[in-house]
Amino acid sequence: MPIYRSLRELDWPLLFITLALCGLGVLQIYSATSGSRWQDAWWKQIIWIATGLAMMWIVSLVDYHSLLGHRVFYLYVVSVVLLIATALVGNKVFGSTRWIKAGAFTFQTSEFVKIVLILLIASYLTTLKTESLEWKDILKLAGLVAVPMVLVMKEPDLGTALTYLPILVCGVLMAGLRWKYLLVVLGILVVTLPIGYHFLKPYQKDRLVSFIYPDRDPKGTGFQVIQSRIAVGNGGMWGRGAKESSQTHLGFLPVPHTDFIFSSFAEEHGFVGVVIALVLYFLLIMQVVQNAQTATDRAGLYISMGVASLLLFHVLVNVGMVVGRMPITGIPLPLMSSGGSNTWSVFLMLGLVNSVRLRRFVN
Amino acid sequence: MALLERERHRIEELPSERFTRDDPKFAAGKIAIFQYLVVVVFIFLVSGFWKLQVQNPDVYSEAAERNRIKSTPILAPRGKFLDRDGRVIVDNKASYSLLLNRDQIKWEHLPAIAEALQLDYGDLAGKIRRMGSTPQIIIKDQLTRDEIAFVESHRDANTFPEMELIKAWRRQYPQDGFAAHVIGYVGEISESELNSAAFIDYHQGDIIGKDGLERQYDHALRGVDGKQRVMVDNMGRERQIAEPQPAVPGKDLQLTIDLDLQAVAELAMEDKRGAVVALDPRTGEVLAMVSRPTFDPNKFTGRISRTDWNEIANDPYKPLMNRATQAEFAPGSTFKPFVALAGLESGVIDDETEFHCPGGASFYGHYFACWRQKQGGHGKISLHRAIAQSCDVYFYNVANRLGIDRLAHYAELAGFGHKTGIDLPNERESTMPSSHWKMRMFRQKWYAGETISVGIGQGAVTVSPLELAAAEGGLAVRGKWYKPHLLKSTAPILMRSGNLHSENLEDVVYGMYGVVNEGGTGRVAQLPNIKVCGKTGTAQLASNQLLKGTKLGQSMKDNAWFVGFAPEEAPEIVVVALFENGEHGDRAAPIVRDVLKAYFDKKARLSASHFAELRRLSPPRLFADAQDLYPKGNVQPEGVVLQ
Repeated sequence: MPIYRSLRELDWPLLFITLALCGLGVLQIYSATSGSRWQDAWWKQIIWIATGLAMMWIVSLVDYHSLLGHRVFYLYVVSVVLLIATALVGNKVFGSTRWIKAGAFTFQTSEFVKIVLILLIASYLTTLKTESLEWKDILKLAGLVAVPMVLVMKEPDLGTALTYLPILVCGVLMAGLRWKYLLVVLGILVVTLPIGYHFLKPYQKDRLVSFIYPDRDPKGTGFQVIQSRIAVGNGGMWGRGAKESSQTHLGFLPVPHTDFIFSSFAEEHGFVGVVIALVLYFLLIMQVVQNAQTATDRAGLYISMGVASLLLFHVLVNVGMVVGRMPITGIPLPLMSSGGSNTWSVFLMLGLVNSVRLRRFVN
Repeated sequence: MALLERERHRIEELPSERFTRDDPKFAAGKIAIFQYLVVVVFIFLVSGFWKLQVQNPDVYSEAAERNRIKSTPILAPRGKFLDRDGRVIVDNKASYSLLLNRDQIKWEHLPAIAEALQLDYGDLAGKIRRMGSTPQIIIKDQLTRDEIAFVESHRDANTFPEMELIKAWRRQYPQDGFAAHVIGYVGEISESELNSAAFIDYHQGDIIGKDGLERQYDHALRGVDGKQRVMVDNMGRERQIAEPQPAVPGKDLQLTIDLDLQAVAELAMEDKRGAVVALDPRTGEVLAMVSRPTFDPNKFTGRISRTDWNEIANDPYKPLMNRATQAEFAPGSTFKPFVALAGLESGVIDDETEFHCPGGASFYGHYFACWRQKQGGHGKISLHRAIAQSCDVYFYNVANRLGIDRLAHYAELAGFGHKTGIDLPNERESTMPSSHWKMRMFRQKWYAGETISVGIGQGAVTVSPLELAAAEGGLAVRGKWYKPHLLKSTAPILMRSGNLHSENLEDVVYGMYGVVNEGGTGRVAQLPNIKVCGKTGTAQLASNQLLKGTKLGQSMKDNAWFVGFAPEEAPEIVVVALFENGEHGDRAAPIVRDVLKAYFDKKARLSASHFAELRRLSPPRLFADAQDLYPKGNVQPEGVVLQ
């Protein structure tokens, strides 16, 4: 009975950590939104999590090998088409077009593209079976990632677009990159970054500037950076207590249940709560990495490492933003931030990891 | 085993063989590097939280407090001024002021706000920039009904949330500059005041006493502002109102000023320049103090308009100057009683010493005229008549016999050459010349010839009306000089009392009685049934002969002094009037007489039992109602002579 065996062989520690983080998330969403116009976000989140768990289980039963090759390429093509469709018919919220309306709920295409890219890169790198990459392969991979990235950037959603990069970088580094190539790539980055700055939208430039100098315009673009930092600092060692946080409840924190949920969490639960949550994230990522180490083949390794690097990037950028150590990019905190698309995409990724795990003893 | 077999079977059915069965161990080292990277990232993040939450949480909890608590000042009313009978001289009137909350100021709102409230945009913007650290900036006081309506209808979160109304207190001074110099005025603290050590506990935008008693007793008057703390959200909407911290009102100050006497003195000085000071010589209490020209301190409350300020500041007659304490003029003949006293005390004359006055006399090769030169002088004259008739030649001789230093000794005993130390800011120090003084000031020897004109209160000797009142008052109470003061609660401070012979003091006072009552120069000051003593004085500004008929004549006319006290046997009040350009002392005498008369009339009324009863029943009133205190049909103090 494959299904029976799968349940027993599931990555239970990973599931436990995942559910712990989801629990913290739901509680924090409940606390942060009580009395606000988002006050029913917490039970919606429970629904996302429940459906997400089901998706994870289903994906874990699917053999990841079956998703690679041609199938992932079709998925990729569909993703790109969907992204273009989003740009054409999508819903505009907060000034950017990221959502597609499908019946009763909206759906953020760019979140699911992550999974497709993880699979695509794993698939591509597995077929190479070389110790180090050639320029041809690197450029091809970069091109494959660049297409959805540019489309997402155009939405505009720089944050999500940037999350595609760690998948690529991790994959390339795992597959093996010559030092010479690495230096060349770094050199090109150093040269092109200032040029890239000019292609940013004015509000994106403001975010970068206000990250470096938040006090330059404390009422404008620096507002979120400063208010988030105040919220975190206000938490102190033990926190202000659930629902007792002034920054969260008087509206000084922007979106305290989505991108800034960790500010709100830090204000209410203090340094102690922060350390507990961060330890859980650390264990989550390490557990995914452990699955990469025990994967039976390269494809499993690339998939697991892609997920690990993506999670690490999300945590680094989101939590770093909360403490003012990263610029504001507006990417959610996996498992804690309220939202359907990102919750589902994380569970789908964890489903892939479980799929890899379930097949580790093969041969 | 069967399961494994089945699984293998499944795998072999997979679409592409190439994705399976390769060795993933090649990446072990790279995965280890990734794990280290994860550790580094988490240390980086935790250290960020450590820095914000553990190292300096106070900074951020205070910032969060500032975010959510909007603190609006509850302004403390300034202490009132009461007269010696408890009647209110200066009161406060509730009004509304507009302030801007700095956190919420949007520069693009300012032009519209400035326009609606008729403020100059440049001034407003400059003020907001200047007061960089103040969380709330008061931009307009005494809002009109329309302006209040504008603020109330536009201070919502979507329009101009930075605007806020607060209840303020406007100082309400008596009209027409009544007692303006004594009381002074208030205004916004200036940049230079803020930077000085005396104003260390003051803040930008504070209203402080700028002059007079308002300045002298600012600390007592100002009170402590309270706070209304309101919890607000990010839009500035009020969520919860905390218990207010009430304001502590400033202390009311009861003055020694008697409103009735002050009113009479003010009326007597109408359209004149100069000053009147009335003291109780037994205690130093200032009963009235008038300086003219005057100004309207109501124009200064809060933020004075520029045109008003220029008008006052550029007036050549300096209406802001308190002539009672700051004008320094030669005392003229009012100095003669002190010369007489010095002469008697040092034994160079006695009450029978006679000098011949032919209308002038020569000393050290210079001719000194007597004021009765044209009428042929005073003839043979002794002390009593010499004071009464104010014979210059007599006092030339006394001064000549005394020498400057003995004269200065007794004059300084009476307070000449010293500040009185009254509780008013910026009192000027007068001059009493002596050989020491001249050496100190000019590095020159004193010439005996210079003493002669000092003998009649000319030359280098100068005095302010207040100093003269204090000096004459001390003489009047037989040689006890008290420090003049304006606060009722102050105990009398005896400054100086020389070991003077009472018969000498009696001689001098009797001479001054003669001035008024024996056909002397101060006849005008006579009062029925009251033994008034006095002395006229004329302070020469320049030689009369030279100026007659010239254009400068008007502006260089001599200043008239009159000093009077009564009753002769036990003086209760001393009044000094300075009438600038009054030409002769007898022009100042009616002013003094009016004040003296008002004093004794009031005293007579107060002693009447009917009035005492009325007074007991009627509570203290506003100054405007002061007349109600008098019995009906007898509204004005009697004998007020309108000039």
